[in-house]
Amino acid sequence: MSGAALGGAVTSQLDEVLGLLAMRQHGRVEFIEQQFLAILDHPIESSGELRYDAPDRLEKRTLKPRAETLVLDRGVLTVERAHGRRVIDLHAYQQIQPFVESIRATLAGDRSSLERLFRLEFNGSLSRWTMTLVPLDSKLKHYVAQVRIDGARDQLLKVEIRQPDGDRSLMTLRPAATP
Amino acid sequence: MMARAWAPLLWLGCVAFAAIIVARARYITDLSVFLPVNPTPVQQLLVDQLRDGPASRLILIAIVQGDAAARARASVALANRLRKDPQFSSVNNGAPDALQSDREFLFKHRYLLSESVTAERFSAPGLHAAISETIENLASPAGLLFKSLLPRDPTGELLNIIEQLSRSAAPETKDGVWVSADGSRCLAVAQTTASGSDSDAQARAIDAIRAAFASAVRAAPPAMSAVQLKLSGPGVFAVAARAKIERAAVRLSIASGMLVVTLLLVVYRSLPALVLGLLPVASGALIGIAAVALGFGAVHGVTLGFGATLIGESVDYSIYFFIQSHRRRGTQAAARTWQQLWWPTIRLGLLTSVCGFASLLPSGFPGLKQLGVYSICGLIAAALVTRYVLPVLLPAGFAIRDLTPLGEGIAGALRRSRRSGGRALTLLLVGLMALSLAALYLYRHTLWNRELAVLSPISIEEQNFDAKLRADLGAADVRDLVIVSGPDLESILRSAEQAAHALQPLVDAEVIGGFESPARYLPSLATQEARRGGLPSDAELRDNLRQATMGLPIRSGRLLPFLEDVEATRHAALVTARDLAGTSLNAGFEALILHQKDRWNALLPLQNPASGREIDLARVAAALEVGQVHGAQALDLKLESDALYAGYLKEAIRFSLAGFLALSALLLIALRSALRVARVLAPLVLSVCLVAAGLAVSGVQLTILHLVGLLLIVAVGSNYALFFDRQASSGDRGSEALTLASLIIANAGTVMGFGLLSFSQVPVLVALGTTVAPGAFLALLFAALLSPRRSSRAAKAGA
Repeated sequence: MSGAALGGAVTSQLDEVLGLLAMRQHGRVEFIEQQFLAILDHPIESSGELRYDAPDRLEKRTLKPRAETLVLDRGVLTVERAHGRRVIDLHAYQQIQPFVESIRATLAGDRSSLERLFRLEFNGSLSRWTMTLVPLDSKLKHYVAQVRIDGARDQLLKVEIRQPDGDRSLMTLRPAATP
Repeated sequence: MMARAWAPLLWLGCVAFAAIIVARARYITDLSVFLPVNPTPVQQLLVDQLRDGPASRLILIAIVQGDAAARARASVALANRLRKDPQFSSVNNGAPDALQSDREFLFKHRYLLSESVTAERFSAPGLHAAISETIENLASPAGLLFKSLLPRDPTGELLNIIEQLSRSAAPETKDGVWVSADGSRCLAVAQTTASGSDSDAQARAIDAIRAAFASAVRAAPPAMSAVQLKLSGPGVFAVAARAKIERAAVRLSIASGMLVVTLLLVVYRSLPALVLGLLPVASGALIGIAAVALGFGAVHGVTLGFGATLIGESVDYSIYFFIQSHRRRGTQAAARTWQQLWWPTIRLGLLTSVCGFASLLPSGFPGLKQLGVYSICGLIAAALVTRYVLPVLLPAGFAIRDLTPLGEGIAGALRRSRRSGGRALTLLLVGLMALSLAALYLYRHTLWNRELAVLSPISIEEQNFDAKLRADLGAADVRDLVIVSGPDLESILRSAEQAAHALQPLVDAEVIGGFESPARYLPSLATQEARRGGLPSDAELRDNLRQATMGLPIRSGRLLPFLEDVEATRHAALVTARDLAGTSLNAGFEALILHQKDRWNALLPLQNPASGREIDLARVAAALEVGQVHGAQALDLKLESDALYAGYLKEAIRFSLAGFLALSALLLIALRSALRVARVLAPLVLSVCLVAAGLAVSGVQLTILHLVGLLLIVAVGSNYALFFDRQASSGDRGSEALTLASLIIANAGTVMGFGLLSFSQVPVLVALGTTVAPGAFLALLFAALLSPRRSSRAAKAGA
């Protein structure tokens, strides 16, 4: 089923998934992220926790290999490390936008935000779905070729971001152990 | 008959000569009049800083109203237009493109510019740590931006330099541009190429910003039409102040001129008298300006503005001349009698005025010096014209209204009040004097305002808006700074690096929030050389890299471009100021460098700690001393400039007192009687004290312009007192009425003219007006009340 023919039943399933996602106000999952970079001999792996508060706050706490907190709050990205803090405005660094906005807008069930940045493709069913996002903006295509999100109902399972040079990152998510 | 021939000719010649000079004179309009002429080195620095320093070249731009998106778009469009304008050396609105265009430069010289470059960093363990960090950075989206640079820059030096340059506190960013903390304003800073003291260039730059904004708004969708532009900053203030002073001075001069003209017309009922009466003033003003132009090379706008009011006293001369000479029959004869009878008195009055104004001459403020020269030359010229030219020019059958009835009436009232009041009157005056002295004593600590800002013609609201913008922008307000001086650029860059070393612990201890330094843009050659020297040879680096990458997910073979770049840097030339000049970083660098004749200064502005506490400069100074930083000083600019002003105020007060003493000595020589001198001076001292006390009690702090006003009271009032003294000693009863009438008319003119100034929006004009108008009136009143009764003794002595 192709995105170009995104109609009828598919649209309703996409809306159903996004509707379920939109209903969640908070989320907390653990993640393991692997970066496959051509320049590196083996992938770099990091892990930590992802927290989400509807509609526009996303927090990525990396615990290993090095503590780093990345907070996306209303369009401003704050990177906090052991020694210092950097604030990045997403408008200023548009190239970062697809990396973070794909996840945030999906979690928020915000279809219009998704469609503003990406061409959407939806496959599968409510119980097991795959959404493929391709940037619309030609400049952003230099940085991100596509984002693929696998999920089941209102849970995200995997987020894979492919860069045009073949490098990619794969984030695997699973519900956090209760603290 | 001789006088008839040479006086008008000489006068015409002088006036023509003066007119040529005035037409060719250079007129300056910046606010440097309030800056001293002979400063100490620190003061010189301060003056240069105020006049031409980086802070003086900043124009703060706020975009308000409309919605946030429209403001942001307007900010981007405005900045893009201004960046093309050579009038601006830099335009910053937070948009990242500015820095990106300099990336190539920074990248090329990264191993010389980055503060993290040391020999250890290129050892095997150092490289291992640096490369690991860079790889870890790749895991974060922000680090991914630098992915493509990894083979050439595995130690992440470019990121280090960018962080090192952006360490100064920057405002918040929204929609890609700077905004205020509450998001209601978009912010930008433009730095002009021209110095802040060049008001004409500043005015052009301001116009350019407004035009660019207007065109940006026009070119955009209608949503942007709601946004508005607001500007602030020293240049904007200077231009606004100039316009304000010029407007106020012109408007008020015209208004007060009309008032005086009307008064004289009503009094004289004669057009020729009016025209002739204005001749001395006009000649005096012209010659005064010419004298200033000859003496100073350039005439200051303030001198032009105030000058005419200062020599308003010269109108009095013709008033005295016309009114007092009126009753004599035959114009020429009357004029001659007046010359014998009253000219000596006017001459003495003129000399006392000159004494008063002469106390402005040694002042450290060029503005006051100019006012002194202007008034002295103008008054002398006006008096001479009255004495030698007017009598010659009087047409045959010249007549003005007879003011004897007016004078008689006043004289009668005066006599009655003196007769009935007598002792009570004396008591009243003594009481007033005691009261005002008591008030002055009570207010002695707050009597004088010692802040430079009080002279500013800028309203409090405008000053507050400026402060708000500066707070929004973070570090822009340079109040506390460290200055390091030396004989050349290299030496001050070295000292700046030492100072940075000494200051860093204070940042960690949160004594200061941070600091800027020119050495962050351009390290000293010594530092660059050390960095270059610390780079290992190709073979060594290859070896180190092989060891360093063991256990890392990257093979050293991937990093060949890094080896090439390091090797290239080892043989490359060091970065100089000239290299930097081609980049937009240059504005930031030059802003922190002040080059005086044979002295270089590096400015390291300090930022307040995040706690909002003020900076403890003593700790800063101590840290610099411990760090043995060569030629470094920690300064609070506001404190320094206020101290500077306070010093000049003190000096001006001292000179004024000296002028008063000289004036007393002059009177003693001329009058040869201590009693008469006391009688002349008493009304002046009384009115000066009463006016000063009145201002103090009503909550006005006196400034240097009030002091000038007090001098004027003495100058104008001395004429009154001398007339009464002359009247009393001459015993000419017939002339008393006319003398009184002329004094009343002259006084009315002065009070009206200066009273009008009190309604001005410009603080300096208000200061003059509120001092002189009541002072002149009181001086006349007290002079009349204190004038000796025409006792038979005096009458006999006079006869």
